[in-house]
Amino acid sequence: MERFSRRDFLIAGAAAGGGLLLACVVGDRPKGASAAGSPAPDFAPNAFIRVSPDGSVTLIMPQVEMGQGMYTAMPMLVAEELEVGLDQVKLEHAPPSDKLYSNQVFGFQATGGSSSVRAFYQPLRRAGAAARTMLIAAAGQAWGVDPASCQAARGVVTHGATGRTLTYGALADRAAKLPVPADVPLKSPKEFKLIGTPARRLDTPAKVNGTAQFGIDVRLPGMKIATVAASPVVGGKVAGLDEAKALAIKGVRQVVRLDDVVAVVADHMWAAKQGLAALSVRWDDGPNGSVTTADIVQGLAMASKTPGVVARKDGDGAAAIGRATRKIEAIYEAPFLAHMTMEPMNCTVHVRKDGCEVWTGSQVLSRAQATAAQVTGFPLEQVVVHNHLLGGGFGRRLEVDFVTQAVRIAKQVDGPVKVVWTREEDTQHGVYRPYYYDRIGAGLDSRGRPMAWSHRLVGPSIFARWIPPAFQNGIDGDAVDGAVQLVYDIPAVQVEYVRHEEPALNNGFWRGVGVTHNTFVIESFMDELAAAAKADPVEYRRRLLGKAPRAQAVLDLAAKEAGWGTPLPAGRGRGVSLLFSGWGTYMAQVAELEVSPKGDVRVHRVVCATDCGIVVNPDIVKAQIEGAIVFGISGALWGQVTLKNGRVEQSNFNDYRVLRLNETPTIDVHLVSSSEAPGGMGEPGTACVGAALANAIHAATGKRLRKLPLQPGLVHSA
Amino acid sequence: MITLSINGQPHDADVPSDMPLLWVLRDVIGLTGTKFGCGIAACGACTVHLDGHAIRSCVTPVGAVGGKPITTIEAIGGTPAGKRIQAAWVALDVPQCGYCQSGQIMSASALLADKPNPTDADIDGAMSGNICRCGTYVRIRAAIKQAAQAPAVAEKGA
Repeated sequence: MERFSRRDFLIAGAAAGGGLLLACVVGDRPKGASAAGSPAPDFAPNAFIRVSPDGSVTLIMPQVEMGQGMYTAMPMLVAEELEVGLDQVKLEHAPPSDKLYSNQVFGFQATGGSSSVRAFYQPLRRAGAAARTMLIAAAGQAWGVDPASCQAARGVVTHGATGRTLTYGALADRAAKLPVPADVPLKSPKEFKLIGTPARRLDTPAKVNGTAQFGIDVRLPGMKIATVAASPVVGGKVAGLDEAKALAIKGVRQVVRLDDVVAVVADHMWAAKQGLAALSVRWDDGPNGSVTTADIVQGLAMASKTPGVVARKDGDGAAAIGRATRKIEAIYEAPFLAHMTMEPMNCTVHVRKDGCEVWTGSQVLSRAQATAAQVTGFPLEQVVVHNHLLGGGFGRRLEVDFVTQAVRIAKQVDGPVKVVWTREEDTQHGVYRPYYYDRIGAGLDSRGRPMAWSHRLVGPSIFARWIPPAFQNGIDGDAVDGAVQLVYDIPAVQVEYVRHEEPALNNGFWRGVGVTHNTFVIESFMDELAAAAKADPVEYRRRLLGKAPRAQAVLDLAAKEAGWGTPLPAGRGRGVSLLFSGWGTYMAQVAELEVSPKGDVRVHRVVCATDCGIVVNPDIVKAQIEGAIVFGISGALWGQVTLKNGRVEQSNFNDYRVLRLNETPTIDVHLVSSSEAPGGMGEPGTACVGAALANAIHAATGKRLRKLPLQPGLVHSA
Repeated sequence: MITLSINGQPHDADVPSDMPLLWVLRDVIGLTGTKFGCGIAACGACTVHLDGHAIRSCVTPVGAVGGKPITTIEAIGGTPAGKRIQAAWVALDVPQCGYCQSGQIMSASALLADKPNPTDADIDGAMSGNICRCGTYVRIRAAIKQAAQAPAVAEKGA
């Protein structure tokens, strides 16, 4: 997505307990903090960098770690400019604060949308460079020499002429009294020592020996465990329950009944689960109690017949269509999807008389704090939130519904309570990737080249609910992401967005939301056009990329590395897909797969080429692409959440199929060297693979599948 | 009162015999390295070793364990296979979010202890019950092979 930023500036001061603190503050510069600012009076005891008199360097992580490698990439950005080694830094989770830890892409504290490196590539480097400059200046002051005659390396400042040295720790107090330099030059990429290297992840050691602490691992004195059942239908209410039966189970302490959810509070999860089953909760379903998936699709299909808000318009589409010798139209559909993070939703809360404390793993920590404050009535200052490692995010933890719910429950409980959702509760109370319904068409000239392109997509607006300022002029920038950046050189392009909300199911971000859906549609349709033109799918695309050299380069590289055009065993097919979107990353994938006579798909190999601008850590980028492709294959082949009687029909990993190790293809990732600005990397791999699979299935079987998931479209074809 | 042998230490737990071992480990004894993922033995996050064999603790009643030794992620580094698996996991930076990795490492360690040179089919058989939503499977396979071939810590692949 585009940036919704305000300006930010650096601020420094003395840390509580001594040492130097340096922060990047978003908003208007307060009076009294000049460009070469002295410490502001309201300087908070948290920041990006803390250099203590004992020499320790602590980096406070504004972005959360959910597997995407930010607890390595962000320290690399700071350490590069600060001149410390990665082995010398300690990491801390940031507390909630939109002022100190705002993500410039969103305008508040959030980790998502493949935005972290894009948002923090400059601010973290500037913070590191400013801190280094101040520490060197402090050394110059201590020695009475020109700071320019001093150098820093590995947390030590050396005076070149005399060989004298002082550690950052020894300089921290003095540096804290110095003004923040207004404009610190940053290293040029040629000077990078860390950025661009495959540095080891800092979070790996704790993740192989059981010591990594996720939200679900919180243990507090006197803590109880609760598990919940919320209304299985959106908008439903509790109608009745057998409280006595639950309380009769050993270890069950309390039943909390709220309007739309019940919780059983117990000594441990087993008692809580048994207690919940014993409650035999009855529900009043409310208005959505009869909704099925077919009803929803019908609503979308109706909406797709109405014109939408124009999100992109190039040229004269009507005239171009009029000149076209062939017109091709298609309807594509993408289903509701669940996140299925390995760590089910959970949140631990202690509501006291004088405040509230929350322990969880959240992609939006300040929102977790805000909802706890709202539910309890405490001011923000009296709500403490501790963030943890996230056992998967994928967009699910960009929502705070589970925090709100846990605080509501905890208000009724004496002492701390950890609310843990069962997998079934997690699967059936998601905030799902929306169902999208697309009408797409093109007019081809006599040589098969597209003269006109029209793409009308229908779905709800997540932005309107989640980040209202970004919902502008009736257009959801996420829903149309990837569609409005269409890179092909086509004289007339029209992209329309029809907003269609679905009250029976909560919708939210899912790894690559808009782009994942749009890339599937666009790149599948490009293959349809290539087929209509009787052209090779790679060559057909190439001819339309004359104005997009970075796109053409990744397409060529993926095709070459995949052996595009070389013979395959019978029953196998190759498919290609190309991606560009608001993430700023170019990617091409070639999938190679086989379809069995029964219609089972076996993906053998995926080759990916990407140009994501400057790469902070190539090994993490590769890992993200590998994982994102696996995530995308699961979704494209099998993923779907369906509704019957207003209830989600899937419940656990036995009926919501995801890819397993024995089904995983070989994945080859090729990075294009680039000096362009960093692009997002968490999501493109997922967004790009769906169309590559659909196109490979077409190559293998001749079947064009326009509806996700793909597998059900094949099983009856044998 | 049930007495369990966990990571070489005896533990008494006043819990019902039908209580799954997972919740005894996590909520009663406080060994939170073993994870809850599904509760129906469909994802492998809760994998521990019982008498050296990988089991799903979320469906193993604690009453069925008896006095057999239990090993969890917290102590797997004390076994030769577990130590090599952990080293390979670090060398290849296998984990992403890390939540499933305790279970992955327990399954892989049991495999390696049983078959020092596992084939791809052996790896498929031992690891297909462990889901990773971050999709670290490519590196899991590579790390198992590395652990089998090179007991010493190897360099991280480019």
